[in-house]
Amino acid sequence: MLRRALQLGLGRGLLGRRLGTHRGGSTLGKVEGSGGYRGSWVAPVSSYVTFRTRDPAHDGKTVGRLGEGDQNGKMSEIKKKIQSVLPGGAWNPPYDTSYLPPEHSDVVIVGGGVIGLSVAYWLKRLEKPRGAIRVLVVERDHTYSQASTALSVGGIRQQFSVPENIQLSLFSVEFLRNINEYLAVVDDPPLDIQFNPSGYLLLASEKGAAVMESNVKVQRQEGAKVCLMSPEQLRNKFPWINTEGVALASYGMEYEGWFDPWCLLQGLRRKVQSMGVLFCHGEVTRFVSSSSHTETTSGEEVTLKRIHEVHVKIDRSLEYQPVECALVINAAGAWSGQIAELAGVGKGPPGTLQGTKLPVERRKRYVYLWHCPQGPGLETPFVVDASGAYFRREGLGNNYLGGCSPTEEEEPDPGNLEVDHDFFQDKVWPPLAQRVPAFETLKVRSAWAGYYDYNTFDQNGVVGPHPLVVNMYFATGFSGHGLQQAPAVGRAVAEMVLDGHFQTINLNPFHFSRFYLGEKVQEHNII
Amino acid sequence: MGLGKTKPLHLVMPVWNRGTRGIRGLSRAVALEGSQKKGRSLLQFLADRFYDVQALREYLLQKQVLKVHQKNRPFTYIKERFGPHAAGAYFILKQGGAVKFQGKEWIRSDAHGHFSLDFLKFQAVPVEAVNASGCAINYQGLDSLLALKELRSLWLQRCPHVDDWCLGRLHPLANSLQELSLAGCPRISERGLASLHHLQNLRRLDISDLHAVSNPGLTRILVEEMLPSCQVLGADWAQGLPSGPDEQSQDKASPIPA
Repeated sequence: MLRRALQLGLGRGLLGRRLGTHRGGSTLGKVEGSGGYRGSWVAPVSSYVTFRTRDPAHDGKTVGRLGEGDQNGKMSEIKKKIQSVLPGGAWNPPYDTSYLPPEHSDVVIVGGGVIGLSVAYWLKRLEKPRGAIRVLVVERDHTYSQASTALSVGGIRQQFSVPENIQLSLFSVEFLRNINEYLAVVDDPPLDIQFNPSGYLLLASEKGAAVMESNVKVQRQEGAKVCLMSPEQLRNKFPWINTEGVALASYGMEYEGWFDPWCLLQGLRRKVQSMGVLFCHGEVTRFVSSSSHTETTSGEEVTLKRIHEVHVKIDRSLEYQPVECALVINAAGAWSGQIAELAGVGKGPPGTLQGTKLPVERRKRYVYLWHCPQGPGLETPFVVDASGAYFRREGLGNNYLGGCSPTEEEEPDPGNLEVDHDFFQDKVWPPLAQRVPAFETLKVRSAWAGYYDYNTFDQNGVVGPHPLVVNMYFATGFSGHGLQQAPAVGRAVAEMVLDGHFQTINLNPFHFSRFYLGEKVQEHNII
Repeated sequence: MGLGKTKPLHLVMPVWNRGTRGIRGLSRAVALEGSQKKGRSLLQFLADRFYDVQALREYLLQKQVLKVHQKNRPFTYIKERFGPHAAGAYFILKQGGAVKFQGKEWIRSDAHGHFSLDFLKFQAVPVEAVNASGCAINYQGLDSLLALKELRSLWLQRCPHVDDWCLGRLHPLANSLQELSLAGCPRISERGLASLHHLQNLRRLDISDLHAVSNPGLTRILVEEMLPSCQVLGADWAQGLPSGPDEQSQDKASPIPA
C-alpha cells in the first residue's frame, strides 16, 4: 500500500499537474470510489487516508459536510488540509486569536501616536536587511480620542532657543514637504497634509527683546529663515496689530506654519502597516524584568534591570498576552510617567539615580475656536503674544483658533478633558483683544482640551535609553512641540536602537541622566 | 507599467481571492472608483499578494520621482562661470520654457528641446520675464529662479509640481516681481496663496482655474484684500454661491402671457 502510494506521489509530482479536473484512475483502494479527485489536483501521498473505511457511524465526524456521504466530507477535509499547508492559504486555528498581539516581538512600542508611529516607521526603514526587526505598536485607544496628536493645533516652527530643537524641526518640516515620497504606498492616494506656509510671529516686550535677538541668531545659524521686525515694520506689514508694548518681533518667513496632524497620523499608520508593523489594541499593564548587580568603576553597587516580557491587556477584557521582547520604547505621551513607573523607573531612595522618576506629567490645555468677521485677513501668521496667548486663522471663513498656557498656579486638573470657558474670558481674550483690536467683537464657536506631555524639569523632550533599565528607550516629554519634532525624533530613536548612537542629529543633551545630574536644557520659547 | 499586458497567471487559486483584503484594501476600494481599468486592478491584485510585485511597483514609483528630481537639479558650473541669470535661463530653457532678457527678445527651445547658447554671452544682463508654463519645476528647481533678482514677470501656468510649499518660497523676489500667473496649477490651494502677501510690488496676479482651491470666489476676494494694489484675475465672486437667485430673476424677466 505504502509503496504504491509513494509511486503515485513521485510519479505524478505535486506541481507537474495542470489545473482543472483530474479524473485519474486512483488505485488507493475503495475509499475514493468512482468520484476521483474532483477539483483537487494532488494525490494524497499519505497512506493513512486509505485506512478510513466507509463507515456510517463515522459520518458525523467530518465538519462541514452536507450529509451527502462520506465521500464529500473527506474531499473537503483533504482540500482544507492542502490549503492550510500551501503558502498564502488561511491558517484556521481552533479559535480566533487575531486580536491578541504576537507572543514574541523584537521591539514593543508603547503608544501609537505620532511619535510611536514615527519610531516604527524609521525602524522599518533603516533596518538592514529588510524585514529583520519585528515591531509591535501597542495603542490603548484606536479612536485616539485623548491622544495629544489628534487634539493638537498643528503648528510647526523653527523658532526655538535650543539648537537641537531647531534641527529637529527643520528635518521634520522637510519630511512633511516630501511626505508623499516618504510615506508613499503603492496604489493608495497621495496625502494632503494641508500645510499653511504662513509662518510664526513671536512678539516680545522690552524684557524679552534681548533673549529674542540671541535666539534669532541661533536660529539663523542653524539655517532657519527668521527675520526680526521693529514695531514700525510690524505696523506696515500687519496693520491689524496694536504694537503697544511690543519691542521686537521675530517672523518666520519660510517652512513655518500649521498643518493637519490627523492626516500625518493616518499616513504614518497606513505606511507602517504596509511595512509589516503589527498593531495591538490593548494596554500595557506589567513589565516582567530581571535584575543583575554590577559595580561601577568607582566601586558602587548598581542594579541593572532588563525587561523580558510586556503584559498587554486586551481592551474591555481581563485577558492579557505576555509579549516577549528585546526592547521597549516608551512613546506613551501624556501617560509616559505611568509606564515608566511600571518599569521600575524611580523606585529607590530620592536623590539617587534609581530614585529619579521620569518627570513627565499630563497637563491640560484648552483650545478655543471663535469667529470674528472683521478679523485679520488671509496673511495672518501664527501669532504668539509676549503674554503667552496665541492664535491662528482656520480656513477661509474668518475663524480663529487660539489659547494660552496657564501659569503654574492656575494649572487645571488633568483628570478629564472638560473645557473651562471662564478661562477664555479671563485669561485668553483680554491679551488677544489688546493685541488685535478687531478681536473685541468675537463669538466663541467651540472649544476642546488636550494634554501636553509636560516635562516639569525643563520642558524639553527625553530621548534615549534609561541608564538603569537598559532596554527601555524614551521618546516623550516634548511639552507641546512633540508633533512638530516627531519625524526627526523617530529617526533619532531608530538610529539609537540600530546603531547604538545618534548619527544625524545629536540628541545626547536630551538623555534621561540630566534629571539626576540636574543639567537643565531649558527651552524658552514654549507656547 | 510594463506588467499590464501579461497573460493571467495560473498560480493563483480562485479560493484564495476571498482572503482578508486588509486595511489597505479597504481604503483603496473607496478611493479608486474612478480607475476601474482591468490592467490597473490586475496590478493591484498582484501587488497585494506578491512581495516581488510590490517591490517592483515601489521601485517604478521611486524612479518616476527621481526623474522629476533630475530635471530640477541645479547647474552650479554655469552659475559659477556665467552668473546666476545665465544659470536660471539655462535651467528654464532646459525644462522647455521661455526666457526674456532685459532689452532682448524671447528665447525659447524648439520642439526637440534644443536652444541656442548665445545668451551665455550676455554678461550681467538680468532676466526680466520667465514663462515656465507646463514645466516640471518643483521646490528644488525654484533655487535657480530665486537667484534672478530682477525678475519682473513669472508665469507658472499648469505646472504639475508647483504647490503651496513653492509659493512660500517666493518672498526673495518681492522687490521686483510685478506679474505672477498660477493659472491651472493642480496642487495650489488657498493656503499657499496666503503666503503671497510678501510680494508687495505685485500688480497682476492670475489665480484662475485652481482646482485645489475649495472656494474660488471667496479666495479671490480675500486675496484682493490681502494685496490691495494688485489686480487679481480669478474666479468670479458669485461662483461659489448656489444658483437660487439666478432662477428667480429669470422668472421675473420672462414675459407673462397676456
